[in-house]
Amino acid sequence: MRAINQMLAVTWLNLRNLPQRVGSSLVAVIGVAAVVLVFAAVLSMAQGFERTMITAGADDTAIILRDGATSELTSGMSNEQVLIIADAPGVLKDGDQSVLSAELYVIVDVRKISNNTEANVPFRGVQSGAFDVRKNVKLADGRMFEEGKNEIVVGRAAQQEFVGLETGSTIRFGQSEWQIVGSFEAGGSVSESELWTDVRVLQSAYRRGNSFQSVRVKLQADSSLEELKAALDADPRINPDVFTEKEYYSGQAEGLTQFIKLVGYPLTILMSIGAIFGALNSMYSSVSVRGKEIATLRALGFGPFSILLSTIVESALLALVGGIIGGAVAFGVFNGFQVSTLNGPSFSQVVFDFAVTPDLLVDGLQAALVIGAFGGLFPAIRAARMPVAQALREL
Amino acid sequence: MKYFRLIWKNVWRKKIRTSLTILSVFVAFLLFSLLSAFGFAFRGGVDVADAERLIVIHKVSLVNLLPMSYLNRIAATDGIAFVTHATWFGGYYQEPRNQFGQFPVDPDAYFAMYPEFNISTEQFEAFKRNRTGAVVGQELADRFGWDVGDRIPIQATIWSRTDGERTWEFDLEGIFSTDDPRGSTAIMLFHYDFLEEARAFAKGMVGWYILRVESGADPVQVAKSVDLLFANSPAETKTSTEAAFAQSFTKQFGNIALIVMLILGAVFFTLLLVSGNTMSQSVRERINELAVLKTLGFGDRTVLGIVLSESIVIMLIGGLLGLGLGWVLVQGMAKQMAAFLPGIFLSPGAILGAVGLMIGAGVLAGIFPAVKAMRLTIIDALARA
Amino acid sequence: MSETLARLTGVSRTYQKGKEKVEVLHQLNLEIPDGDFVAIMGPSGSGKTTLLNLLGGLDKPTAGTVMVGDAELSSMSNSQLSRWRSNHVGFIFQFYNLLPVLTAHRNVELPLLLTNFSAKERTKRASIALDIVGLADRAKHYPRELSGGQEQRVAIARAIVSDPSLLLCDEPTGDLDRDTADEILGLLQILNREHGKTIVMVTHDAQAAEYAKRMLHCDKGTLEAKEVA
Repeated sequence: MRAINQMLAVTWLNLRNLPQRVGSSLVAVIGVAAVVLVFAAVLSMAQGFERTMITAGADDTAIILRDGATSELTSGMSNEQVLIIADAPGVLKDGDQSVLSAELYVIVDVRKISNNTEANVPFRGVQSGAFDVRKNVKLADGRMFEEGKNEIVVGRAAQQEFVGLETGSTIRFGQSEWQIVGSFEAGGSVSESELWTDVRVLQSAYRRGNSFQSVRVKLQADSSLEELKAALDADPRINPDVFTEKEYYSGQAEGLTQFIKLVGYPLTILMSIGAIFGALNSMYSSVSVRGKEIATLRALGFGPFSILLSTIVESALLALVGGIIGGAVAFGVFNGFQVSTLNGPSFSQVVFDFAVTPDLLVDGLQAALVIGAFGGLFPAIRAARMPVAQALREL
Repeated sequence: MKYFRLIWKNVWRKKIRTSLTILSVFVAFLLFSLLSAFGFAFRGGVDVADAERLIVIHKVSLVNLLPMSYLNRIAATDGIAFVTHATWFGGYYQEPRNQFGQFPVDPDAYFAMYPEFNISTEQFEAFKRNRTGAVVGQELADRFGWDVGDRIPIQATIWSRTDGERTWEFDLEGIFSTDDPRGSTAIMLFHYDFLEEARAFAKGMVGWYILRVESGADPVQVAKSVDLLFANSPAETKTSTEAAFAQSFTKQFGNIALIVMLILGAVFFTLLLVSGNTMSQSVRERINELAVLKTLGFGDRTVLGIVLSESIVIMLIGGLLGLGLGWVLVQGMAKQMAAFLPGIFLSPGAILGAVGLMIGAGVLAGIFPAVKAMRLTIIDALARA
Repeated sequence: MSETLARLTGVSRTYQKGKEKVEVLHQLNLEIPDGDFVAIMGPSGSGKTTLLNLLGGLDKPTAGTVMVGDAELSSMSNSQLSRWRSNHVGFIFQFYNLLPVLTAHRNVELPLLLTNFSAKERTKRASIALDIVGLADRAKHYPRELSGGQEQRVAIARAIVSDPSLLLCDEPTGDLDRDTADEILGLLQILNREHGKTIVMVTHDAQAAEYAKRMLHCDKGTLEAKEVA
C-alpha cells in the first residue's frame, strides 16, 4: 500500500514539473502521435476495403462460377447451365420463378474524377432478379433500366468517383451509346462501384452470344447451400464452383487486404522502433534534468522502486497522449475518405471509404503504450539507480 | 578538414543521446529506402520501358481480344520496324495463388522485340522445335525450383481446351534472364500456335500487339496512325508507348506516390523534431564552451559551421547505415516478391536523393541552435557560466 | 621601460539595464608598457572584468579608444577582432574553461586550428607549450582527470601556444587552494620575466597581487595606482 502511495506521489510530482521539460516531452508525444497516425491511416485502407467487399456478401445468396475460375471474369457458363441451376434444389422460389440472376460483366474505361486518368470499371449485365439476390440494394434516383434497351443504372459510389455518370447523361463505350437512367445504393458494398444493364443487351453489344460468367441465387435457407452444391456436382452437364456470396467476396478481397497489411504492419513496427528511440531520448533527458529532485526524494526516503515506476508511468502517459492525438487526427482526416483502386482478381476498380474503426484505434493506443513503456524503461532504471550522494553534491 | 576532430568529439559528448538520435535517423532512412524501392515497383517499370516500343490494345479494355488479322495491317504502316503479339493466358501453377504471367507468343519475333532477354542459343532452338515447349525467366525458375527438362502443368482459368481439359502441360526448354536489375523475368513464354490449336474458343484472337518504331519516326505519330487504321471497326484500338501503358495501371492504384510521400513526410517531420531537440540541448549545454572558442578567435561563422557540421554528421552516420541495411533488404525482397510485385529496386536516383535529404535534414535540425551559437555574445555567455 | 603595448584613452563603457543606463567605466586612461605585469584589484562590479574584456577585444567602449600593439580595437569589426585575438592575446579564466571533450594536448592545440600550420607543426607547438607549464606527462588526459591546478596550467599553455604578446587573466587563482595558487602565480611570473609576456591580471587576492610588478585599484569605473609592498 505504501509502495503505491509512494509511486503515486512521485508520479504526481513528475507530472507537475513537466512544463519545465516541455521541449523534450513534446518530442516524445509527437513521435508517438505520428506512429499512431500512420498506422491508423494505412490500416484503415485495409479495413475500409475489406468492409466494402464483405458487406456485399450475403450468407443466403450463393454465387456459382465455372469450376476453377478465380473470379467472375475468368468464369464462363452457358445458357443451359443457367437453366439447370434455376431448377436445382435449394434455390428459393417466388411463386414458380426461381430467384436468381445470371450475370456477365466486361471492363470499360471511364475517367476518374480525382486524377482524370482512365480506370477499369465493371459494366455488368444482370437479370431481373439482380436486386433480390443482393442485400440492401435499392434504387436511389431515376428509374430501373428497361429490358432490351441500351440503358444503365449506376452504383452511387461509381457516380461519385468517375466522370460523366450522372443520371440523365449519355455515355459511349466502343461503338454503342448508353443512357444513364438511374442510380442505385447497395449499403456501401462493392456493387456500388459498378454499372448495370440488361444482360441480354450486354451480351449482344459485346458479342458474347448466350454466355454468362456467374449465377447468383437466393437460397431457401442458409443451410440449402450443401443441398444445392450436391445436386450440381452430381449433374454431369455442369461443373460448378459454388460459394456463398460472402465467401466469394472474402476471397476477392484477400489479395489487396493482405497486401496492405503486409506493408502496413512492418511499416508501423519500424516507425514504432523509431518512436521508441525518440521516447528514450526524451526520457533520458528528463531523468537527467530531474537528477537533483530525484536525489532529494531518495534522501527523503522514497524507495527506488517508486522512482522507477513513476518514470515509466510518465513515459507511458506521454505516449498515451501522443496516441490519442494521432488517433484523433487519423479519424478526423481519414475516416470516411472515399477513394478507389484497382482490385486484382476482378481487374476493375473498387470504390471504398477509409474506415478508422474502434478496433484500429485501440490497436494504435496499445502500440503507443508499448512505445511508452519501452521508452521509459531504461531511463527509469537509471533514475532509480542514481547514486544519491553524488547527485546531491552536484547542487 | 582540421576541425573534424572537434566536431566528432562534440557529436559524441553524450553517447547515449547521440546513439539514440542516430538510431532514429537510421530508422527513418531505412524506411525511406524501402518505401522508395516499393514506389519504384509501383511505377510499373516505367523507367525501364523502351521508348521505341508501343503497345496496341483493344480500345474498350485490355481484357478484350484483337483479331490476328491486324498483324499484317499494322506491319504495313509507316514508321513501324516490326510487330508481334502476345496474349494473357492467366493460369496458375498448382495453386490459385501461384499466379504469374504466361504468354503465348511467336518466339523469334518476341525475343527480337525484347532484346533485353538473354537465353542460350541451344535452349532457344530447343524451345522453337518443341510445340509444347516453354521458356521461363530466371526469377520464376528460382521461385519454383524448375530446371530445364521439367514438365510444367498450368491450370488455365480462362482458356479451356478443345478436349475439355483445363490443364495445359509444357516442357521447360530454357531459362532466360535479363541484365537490367530493374527488369523482371517472372514470366513464362510458350508457342502461340499451341494455344491456337488447342483452345476451345476465341480462335484467331490475340490479347495485344507490340510494335517497334523505326528509328527516327515519332512514336506519337505512329501510335495515332495505327489507331486510325482501326477506327470505326468492331475492334477499335488504343496504342500507347510502353511507359504510358505501364503507367495506366499504376495510376489506377490511386495515388500511391502521394501516400508514400505523406508517410515519409510524417516520418521525417518526427525525425527533424528528435534531431532538432538533440541539437538544441547540445548547444544549450555548451554555451560556455562556444564562448570560449570565440574568445580564442574562432569567428562567428566558424562556430555556426561547427554546430551545423555536428548535425549533418549525425544524419550522415544514421542515414548511411539505414540506407545500407535498406539496400540489403531490398535485394532480398525483390527476389521474394518478384512474382507479385516485380521491379522492387533502389535506384541510384533514390540513393542520391537520400544523401541530399541527410544533408538537408542535418541543416534543418541544426540551424536554430547553430544560429544561436553564432549570435552568442562572448561576454554574456561567459558571465552566465 | 620599453614601449607601450596597450593604451586606453578616455574610455567609457555604459550598459543599458532595462530603463536605466549603468556606466561601468568612466573616462578611463591606462598605459601598459611591453613586459609589464599589472594586477588590477577592486570590489565586485567595479568594472575590472569590463576593462579586461576591452583590452582583449571582447567588448567595445562606448567612448574613447583602445589600442593594443598596432591595432585600434575600438574601430575593428567583430570578425577582425576574432582574427586579431587568435594571434595577439591569450585568456586565462577563473574556471579554466577547457573543452571537456578534448584531451589536454588537444585543448592546447585548439587556437592553432585557426592558423595555417600543418598538423605536425601544431602538435609540436602544443607539446612545447605543455612542457613550459610542466604538464607534458598529462598530455593525453581529459580535463575531468586533472586537478584544478593542472587544469589551469593547461589553460595557460593554451593561452600561450600562439605566442601572443598579451595575457589577460580574470581571477586565475580564484578557485585554487593557497599552495596551488602560488604555483600558478609563479608560473605567470616566469612567463613574464623569462618569456617577455605582458600580463594584466584581475584579482581579489591581495597576495596574488604581490606577484605582479605593479598594482592598480579599480573603483566605480576609474583607476588609481596603488603601491606594491
